[in-house]
Amino acid sequence: MIGVGKAKQYANVLDKPLSRGRQEVSLSAFAFLFSEMVQYNQTQVDNIAELERRLEDAGYAVGARVLELLCHREKGNKREIRLLHILGFIHSTVWKVLFGKGADSLEKGTEHEDEYMISEKELLVNRFISIPKDMGAFNCGAFVAGIVRGVLENAGFPAVVTAHFVPIEGQQRPRTTILIKFAEEVLQREARLG
Amino acid sequence: MASTACFVIVSKNGIPIYEAEVGSTPKKEDLAYQHQFILHAALDVVQDLAWTTNTIFMLLHDSRNEDGIKSFFQEVHELYIKIFLNPLYLPGSRITSSHFDTKVRALARKHL
Repeated sequence: MIGVGKAKQYANVLDKPLSRGRQEVSLSAFAFLFSEMVQYNQTQVDNIAELERRLEDAGYAVGARVLELLCHREKGNKREIRLLHILGFIHSTVWKVLFGKGADSLEKGTEHEDEYMISEKELLVNRFISIPKDMGAFNCGAFVAGIVRGVLENAGFPAVVTAHFVPIEGQQRPRTTILIKFAEEVLQREARLG
Repeated sequence: MASTACFVIVSKNGIPIYEAEVGSTPKKEDLAYQHQFILHAALDVVQDLAWTTNTIFMLLHDSRNEDGIKSFFQEVHELYIKIFLNPLYLPGSRITSSHFDTKVRALARKHL
């Protein structure tokens, strides 16, 4: 790779172009970084809920930035204001940029009006992680849940987002589902917009 | 061509993140305060209209150069995104980078 084409060196990050650049990041580098992040947070907290919250906060920061960047790159600075559109945006565009492909499915919850679910057979961040039995229901997908929450909140749709394992018969590893529960005001606004 | 202009970036909570005088007239002390006061008053009106965004760019101007203003905003928006992408930047805090300041003023001279 060295000497293939001398990339222009920019003195300051503000001068660098915002365009795509090289799309791929090494998976092992990411897995390593993510595992270090989880381990570091494990030393800082006493219980699982706190650990999940910290991962989610890390994801939130990523989500906020991803939203700004994608709106600028892909949509020419137009942002979605309808609920279904923003969910579609997350489920296809955001997932494709972050994980290389669209999410497996997007569903509307049946029990409550304000719940939606994005499911994935094997979440990229969970691929190299195994949860020991004594950690119970802990899910590193909390990081991805944080990303989704970051995108939604900064787009004006406050929501509570969590990640859950859903066991499927016939498969060894359970499916991961991101559950999105929108705040009251979002639904009211949607009803007003018709 | 004398033109006065004052540019402000305001965050979601109404706190200004960045301000700059970009006019080409010599600036007097009280004039600068007056500009900021006008911009704050305009903020209420704008906030009623724009509820989806989380940052607002505002420019006080007395010229009629619509296209120039639009391209100025687009370029500053790009600069803002680059600042925002910094993982160590807390969204909503003041932008203190002198490089950013220099670039905004250069863009203002170019477009306005």
